[in-house]
Amino acid sequence: MRLIEFWLNNRIQFLDAILRHLILVVTAVGLAAAVGIPLGVLAHRRPRIGNPIIWFANVVQTIPSLAMFGFLIPVPLIGGIGARAALIVLFLYALLPVLRTTVSGLESVPPPVREAGIAMGMTDRQLLGMVELPLARPSIIAGLRVATVVGVGAATIAAAIGAGGLGEYIFRGVASVDGTVILAGAIPAALMALAADFSLGWFERRAASRRPLFGRRAAILAGSALALIAVFSLIPERSGGRIVVGSKNFTEQVILGELLATLIERRTDLEVVRKLNLGDTLVCETAMRAGDLDLYVEYTGTALMAIFKKPVILDSAEVNRRVAADYAATGRTMLEPLGFNNTYVILMRGADARSRGIATISQLAAISRDLRPGFGSAFLDREDGYSGLVTAYGLRFAEAPRAMDLSLTYRALADGQVDCIAGDATNGLISKLDLVALEDDRHYFPPYMAVPVIRTEVLTRYPELGPIISSLGGMIGDDVMRRMNYQADVERIEPREIVGRFLERRPELTP
Amino acid sequence: MSLENSAANVISFDAVSYRYPGGEQVLDSLSLEIGLGETLALVGRSGVGKTTILRLINRLILPDSGSVLIEGRSTAEWDPIRLRRRIGYVLQEVGLFPHMTVGENVGVVPRLEAWDAARIRSRVDEVLELVGLEPAGYRDRYPHELSGGQRQRVGVARALALDPPILLMDEPFGALDPLTRAEMHREFHRIQSRVRKTIVCVTHDMGEAFALGTRLGVLSAGRLAALAAPAEIAASKDPEVRIFIDALPNPFGRGDQ
Repeated sequence: MRLIEFWLNNRIQFLDAILRHLILVVTAVGLAAAVGIPLGVLAHRRPRIGNPIIWFANVVQTIPSLAMFGFLIPVPLIGGIGARAALIVLFLYALLPVLRTTVSGLESVPPPVREAGIAMGMTDRQLLGMVELPLARPSIIAGLRVATVVGVGAATIAAAIGAGGLGEYIFRGVASVDGTVILAGAIPAALMALAADFSLGWFERRAASRRPLFGRRAAILAGSALALIAVFSLIPERSGGRIVVGSKNFTEQVILGELLATLIERRTDLEVVRKLNLGDTLVCETAMRAGDLDLYVEYTGTALMAIFKKPVILDSAEVNRRVAADYAATGRTMLEPLGFNNTYVILMRGADARSRGIATISQLAAISRDLRPGFGSAFLDREDGYSGLVTAYGLRFAEAPRAMDLSLTYRALADGQVDCIAGDATNGLISKLDLVALEDDRHYFPPYMAVPVIRTEVLTRYPELGPIISSLGGMIGDDVMRRMNYQADVERIEPREIVGRFLERRPELTP
Repeated sequence: MSLENSAANVISFDAVSYRYPGGEQVLDSLSLEIGLGETLALVGRSGVGKTTILRLINRLILPDSGSVLIEGRSTAEWDPIRLRRRIGYVLQEVGLFPHMTVGENVGVVPRLEAWDAARIRSRVDEVLELVGLEPAGYRDRYPHELSGGQRQRVGVARALALDPPILLMDEPFGALDPLTRAEMHREFHRIQSRVRKTIVCVTHDMGEAFALGTRLGVLSAGRLAALAAPAEIAASKDPEVRIFIDALPNPFGRGDQ
């Protein structure tokens, strides 16, 4: 019921997401057909050229889609973030099935039939068009069917690089541990895959019955419509007077991204493009370096260690100074800190902490032998994460920590699947799920002050942005941020609405 | 030999040698003349190069040495597409296009020649009638809906569609049961009496060669062991020829089984 309510309340965005998803998949598969079928013919005629192509397509297919999106971000022209890059990835995924079934379809043409065509005086092209391709058609359509179904699934991942589509709901739902939002994206995606499978299956049967699929006119019409869509989606998305505001893929980031975007919209004439819910730090950083992202909120500790690969520094002012200098050296400008410090906190279930009298990480260390930890994969990798924590406090857990998605750890802790996790200090779920943040009594975690980071080139072009964004400086303390996160994650209020309320209470920000 | 002057030769092989790409020698300096309107039936064991001879005529392959002349011109000098459209070819396995109807199969070469639809249609009906298939009943059926004998007839109709002066037949009736085959032999004579093509037909069955050929050739080890009128072949004492004659259950009383 909540699900249907959600769809109805968000019907415009929801229909837009479905449409984007559909266009992405259809365009990608269409391009794959336009490229893959001729390549398949080439591969069949000239195995020496064709085998390496098939080999390449095989390799591409084995790259996990998220990794492929990551690879592509820094690549000029075809890469970056947004629909264009997503299209490239989906196209590459669709290529292999189309290529392979084209080749196997051509190989399945009986030799006497091919020979009859040649003996009859068909030219190479006539043989291909009148005999080989028509006979390979059922196989090729089967390939398109596989490509489409795979594409519908892979397109959900495309939301990680800001291409929109149904994956956006899935990512957002995972980030805020909201099953309804996940289902809001997952169910239509699954239905879309089923519908594609069914309708192409029908085409496959018709193709096998050896009757023409559609008239020539319909084919030309469909072909040119597809080409048009492809051209539009490939047109570079940036132009003058626009600023691209991004965020990583968790609640707080989306709220802050929305806040920056709204503020700029209200106080300037610039057109703001929102690329919220991008992937992780790496995605935002590479997108920014590639010039696809102009502005987002980063955390000083993350910038210091994850982006600039510097050793841990505990002094907050020193971290700010270093990070600001490193950003300046790489074409970015770090603006005033927003006020809150979203450091890692070690969390336990409130009931456990109270019954065992645990308030600090040192006290946790004493009983760590009985505990099962679960950490986000980033925390396990980072220098300021798990390994350092274990050394600093002498922790010894009952079992090796389970690696899971950061946003899933809260739920896993509350459900008793793990006993302690590392969360964000400002996460709204902490109070919702009755979790307790333990005091970092040995000051292990470095500061993670939230700071807006903007590309210097953009700031130079629109200098008015500097004071506008800096007017947020110090306005958002830990408690303010936690409350906004709570509104989003627990009260299920849309980020846009939360930002609206925030700005209403501070009229001086939008004079 | 009962041959006219060489100007009337439609096809001639002049010391033709051919080796398979693998290296095995198939034809060894073969010479042969085929006159206008005659039906030459070539007999030989499997793998002796019968199909190779047809492929050389159709320029699917070129000889390693010597030359194959079609209407006085070497196949090497012919434009392969133009040459092939002057030659009807009934393949060993028929090779009907499974995705086309009977009518489309028969009309495929006229279509390649860019005939208009009405002309193709009337020609298709004409040749279907010629091979004994009622156009209205067969035109729109698919090859997989036909019996073996019907498919053979469609194969012949397709080869005749452009009214080519030359017709090549590779074991044309090999896959049929004896009764159907006999019927096809009668049909063959009826058709040939109307179209008067220069025909080269290869077979491993001496009975079929006797049934079809106005002249018979016996191929052995890359050469012609004999080339003569049927009666002469039947009376031959040559051991390489006798093998084939003696293999026949009833060498002289035949024609039909």
